[in-house]
Amino acid sequence: MTETELLLWVRGPALQVATVIFLVGVAVRFIEILMLGRQKDLAEARGSALAGGLRTIVTRSVPDRGTIQRSTFNVVAGYVFHVGFFVVLLFFAPHILLFHEVLGLNWPALPTPVIDATTVVTIIALLAVLVHRVLHPVMRFLSRFQDYLAWLVTILPLVTGYLAFHRVGVAPPPTLIAIHILSVELLMVVFPFTKLMHAVTLFMARYYNGAIAGYKGVKS
Amino acid sequence: MSASLQRGINAFKEQIDAPVASFFSSCVRCGLCANACLFHTETGDPKYTPIHKLEPLRRVWQQNYTFWGRFAKALGLSRAVTDDELGEWETLVYDSCTMCGRCSMVCPVGNDIAYMIRKMREGMAAAGHAPEGLIGASQRAVTIGSPMGVKLPALQAQIRHTEQETGLKIPVDVEGAEYMLLLSSMEIMNFPEFIGAIAKILKQAGVSWTIASEAFEATNSGIQIGVSEIAAELVERVVAAAEKLKVKGVISPECGHAYMAIRWEGPNLIGRPYSFRVVHIMELLDELREQGRLKTTGKESQRLTYHDPCQVARRGGVVKQPRNLLNMVAEDFVEMPETGTMNWCCGAGGGVSANERADEIRLKAFNRKKKQLDAIRPDAIVSACSNCRIYLEDGLEEYGMDMPVLSLTETIAEHLAGTEQTGSKE
Repeated sequence: MTETELLLWVRGPALQVATVIFLVGVAVRFIEILMLGRQKDLAEARGSALAGGLRTIVTRSVPDRGTIQRSTFNVVAGYVFHVGFFVVLLFFAPHILLFHEVLGLNWPALPTPVIDATTVVTIIALLAVLVHRVLHPVMRFLSRFQDYLAWLVTILPLVTGYLAFHRVGVAPPPTLIAIHILSVELLMVVFPFTKLMHAVTLFMARYYNGAIAGYKGVKS
Repeated sequence: MSASLQRGINAFKEQIDAPVASFFSSCVRCGLCANACLFHTETGDPKYTPIHKLEPLRRVWQQNYTFWGRFAKALGLSRAVTDDELGEWETLVYDSCTMCGRCSMVCPVGNDIAYMIRKMREGMAAAGHAPEGLIGASQRAVTIGSPMGVKLPALQAQIRHTEQETGLKIPVDVEGAEYMLLLSSMEIMNFPEFIGAIAKILKQAGVSWTIASEAFEATNSGIQIGVSEIAAELVERVVAAAEKLKVKGVISPECGHAYMAIRWEGPNLIGRPYSFRVVHIMELLDELREQGRLKTTGKESQRLTYHDPCQVARRGGVVKQPRNLLNMVAEDFVEMPETGTMNWCCGAGGGVSANERADEIRLKAFNRKKKQLDAIRPDAIVSACSNCRIYLEDGLEEYGMDMPVLSLTETIAEHLAGTEQTGSKE
């Protein structure tokens, strides 16, 4: 397989397969959750479950003061790598071109140096998060294989993207791009089977949390 | 698999609903819930991380309700939950969790962990892994009518005593009264002054009320141990008495889990809505205050703080009412850091107080409350849960802190306008 053939395969059939696994996988997980249903609450409501649920979807993005004080590292590093990841994914000009091709949507890109710096910061944050996971007694205790797997498939697109952009490495540029795209496909394939699903299900979880509390007149 | 383990696993399966599945799907093992739990912050032991307390339930969910989990189970790749594991988890689920729900407020993905612990206890109890103390309390609740074994004659004696002391008639089994008052065994045995306080306040406000001799117990051991059948039976007794006496409302007394049981879980346990309303005593008093029917005179000069009972505030939604009331009678009311829906538990809720085995860790966890109190150094603590009060006193004693713990209802009653005992108290 030549460099060009590899790139074509990665951008063609491989991407299609990854997309199907990603979409079907996410849909199955989503349906599995909803199918379990929920009993109607027969107690007299004090507040609105719907309003509470929607409220918590938004408000849970901001930690309470005690958590910020007691878990400062988790909060700061967590924010940095999440925001950084999405900034790079959504505002790098070549990524926007791809989204435009697939979805037909268009939006302005951030200057490349900004993306470059964000990538570096995000990679550092993810490395710090890994070290923290290994060293922190609670996180090490809770961690399973898939926590490290999820970490790996999250950092790989950032690292390979950075290398491809700077044309670093032994491989020729088209191969670097192909490796970058492959790493994204790996992320997509792993996504529905791991905790990466939280990116989708957290909206449900927050909704239920807020709805259960909101029904009782509590802001959660 | 033993029959009891099978019952437990089946109960787990029955308890798993869409919220539970969304919660387990969302957990990223960030560990933030650990720092929201007093059993972890005061011991530093990772096994007290709230989400870890649910591990057996999570595995049952994964192995039965996810495609991947079922696939792995079919291939024999996953490890089934064992009886030994449930035995190991018993202390995590019952001794070191008060279902206070503080973790549920903190989880960044929104997991309501306390909601799941409540459900997990159904499976634990079904599998025969509930603590002796709670089994005993539940048995007494069903057979005697009170988890502490308080029978009607004991209540009648306290009623006679209250009547002599206050000169007020304590109504019993009065049909057509507006409200039926429930009491916790703890109040009947340890804080009988509560009955007199209610009598004085409701007399001034012109509210007709009664105690039902057939259903005076407010607490519900069934929800603490996690046996819905018992919980439902205890609720049915209250509902039957309320319907028989044709009351418009039932008053839940100064008790946290009693309010959760009768106000929020009750209708769901018995499978139908009530024909009457349920109010926590704080809600009723605040309504009377708003209507101008509750008038006080004089203020406490000492520095007071309010301890929110978890099931009343965070899990029950009664947060501003006690503050409105306390402001009527307190000159110097100070809030603890992290108050209201973020208050720290006394450490004894959710059946922990009925479980002697948990005494040691409960007192250790109380250090969290101590830190909260040390930040504001009040002269006294006011609360609206007699279980919180008893165990706050216990913890204060253990840590050598000299601080009275007062009932908010009684504090209001002492300041009722037009009564003898008004004025500042030292």
